[in-house]
Amino acid sequence: MKAITRRSLLGQAATASILMAGRRAFARPSVDLGLPGGPGVRPLTTDFPEKGAMILQRSRPPLLETPFEVFDQGVFTPNDRFYVRWHWAVIPTDVAVDSFRLAVRGHVATPLSLSLKDILALPRFEIAAVNQCSGNSRGLFQPRVPGGQWANGAMGNALWTGVRLKDVLDRAGVKPGAVQVRFKGLDEPVVDGAPDFMKSLSVDHARDGEVMIAFAMNGKQLPLLNGFPLRLVVPGWYATYWVKMLSDIEVLDRPDDNFWTKSAYLVPDTPGADMKPGATGVPLVPISKMGPRSFITNLKPGDTIQAGAPVPLRGIAFGGDAGVTRVDLSADGGRTWRPATLGKDEGKYGFRQWQASFTPPSAGAYSLAVRCTNSAGLVQSDRPNWNPSGFMRNVIETVAVAAV
Amino acid sequence: MLKELALPLLLTAGLIAPTSVVADSDIVLKSVSTDLPDPGRMFEGPGSDAANNNCLACHSAGMVLNQPGLTRDAWAAEVNKMIHAYHAPVEPQDVAAIVDYLARIKGAQ
Ligand code: HEC
Repeated sequence: MKAITRRSLLGQAATASILMAGRRAFARPSVDLGLPGGPGVRPLTTDFPEKGAMILQRSRPPLLETPFEVFDQGVFTPNDRFYVRWHWAVIPTDVAVDSFRLAVRGHVATPLSLSLKDILALPRFEIAAVNQCSGNSRGLFQPRVPGGQWANGAMGNALWTGVRLKDVLDRAGVKPGAVQVRFKGLDEPVVDGAPDFMKSLSVDHARDGEVMIAFAMNGKQLPLLNGFPLRLVVPGWYATYWVKMLSDIEVLDRPDDNFWTKSAYLVPDTPGADMKPGATGVPLVPISKMGPRSFITNLKPGDTIQAGAPVPLRGIAFGGDAGVTRVDLSADGGRTWRPATLGKDEGKYGFRQWQASFTPPSAGAYSLAVRCTNSAGLVQSDRPNWNPSGFMRNVIETVAVAAV
Repeated sequence: MLKELALPLLLTAGLIAPTSVVADSDIVLKSVSTDLPDPGRMFEGPGSDAANNNCLACHSAGMVLNQPGLTRDAWAAEVNKMIHAYHAPVEPQDVAAIVDYLARIKGAQ
């Protein structure tokens, strides 16, 4: 595999610090994520390739959060504002399209080494789907838990274009007895012996015809930091499975025992992945499907609205692994609810816009809450879930505003 | 929505510069060559040496400094996790100094 020239980390750091020295002279804009107990202030950065202003959670390997106002601008998250999340810091920064190869190997009749031209020659499809980090909103957990301290911006919705994983597997010919399919990208650990980042899906899931090898998001090639040139798209499932810079597909005739599949990304085997802080002996299972979520995007906590006048409310909702059936709104902190109007359906796995209007009868404090019900009948809960990894938050969100 | 696209594939390496672009009528894939910015901050203040020597190989200090306050036990568990799950090459004699430092700068409120 000659697609990559890995530069020495030292060389990169040296060049970058000269550039940065100039920039440090200016005060950098920042955002306060309002995480309970802090620290919630993060710089806004425009230093990352193919990215506009992003919330800097961690520079190396990059964790970049989408500023929340981006979600008010439409249901498709622009590529240059799409959140970024890597586990290991050896991320190729040079990827050549002519020499890149995707290997398909393991328990197959014919191992393949596919060029991007080979991939583009396969039948393709499009799907709108939300990509959400397992730990999106972890910073809002109480009690707080270690991990990436995201607010609600470790998610995004894109129109993905690519080929069916099934078609690629069929070309290689999955042999009888196959159990799982394991995915790996070009990124690598910094330290010898550390576990390569890999994730697996069951063979049946991998062949369901919806799991995609994507080469484009929102009509353009993927930004490097979102997985250029190829990324797995697993509609309805958390982003940990959406392996970036996908370069290796291995069909396994035994359950995957690599660290990231077997020992990481586990959640309590309970409804909503909920448990009591401090409880022990809770059975754990690999994280999988997302649940419904919804957000108000045109008002933020602490905003002032006008009493006696209609206030337009709008936001986004998604059903997780099912479509959005309804979105309801409450202006009294969840005691009474009324339906919002749903916007255009771009596909069951994507964001759906909703709209409503609210007239505060008098001056005072209002707790605006929004609740999504998905087409599988799952409703967002009014009680936050808790688990020690900070996964799968999908509580009803509330925005406190004041009418004057 | 699963939308089938029409597939008039015009596979055209010949139309475009051969080495840096793979394209057809609908999509152009161009080689990427870029750089990532400086990892930024280090750990500061008294006792920070052990953290700077052991905790910056795999991720920048921001991973640690953005954490909420944690108990000393929780910090000890984190350092252990780095060593055992992620193979962090931490000098055994530095573990206590790292945990002390973290419990001091980011202790539970
Ligand atoms: C061998 C590589 C490596 C070294 C060295 C290392 N870490 Fe980590 N650390 C990781 C990985 C991998 C993660 C998880 C990465 C991610 O989620 O993006 C992580 C995550 C973390 C987190 C977030 C919470 C969590 O458990 O995911 C903290 C806090 C942390 N490291 C602290 C430290 C401290 C303190 C040190 C120094 C003792 C250290 N790390 C050294 C690899 C390392």
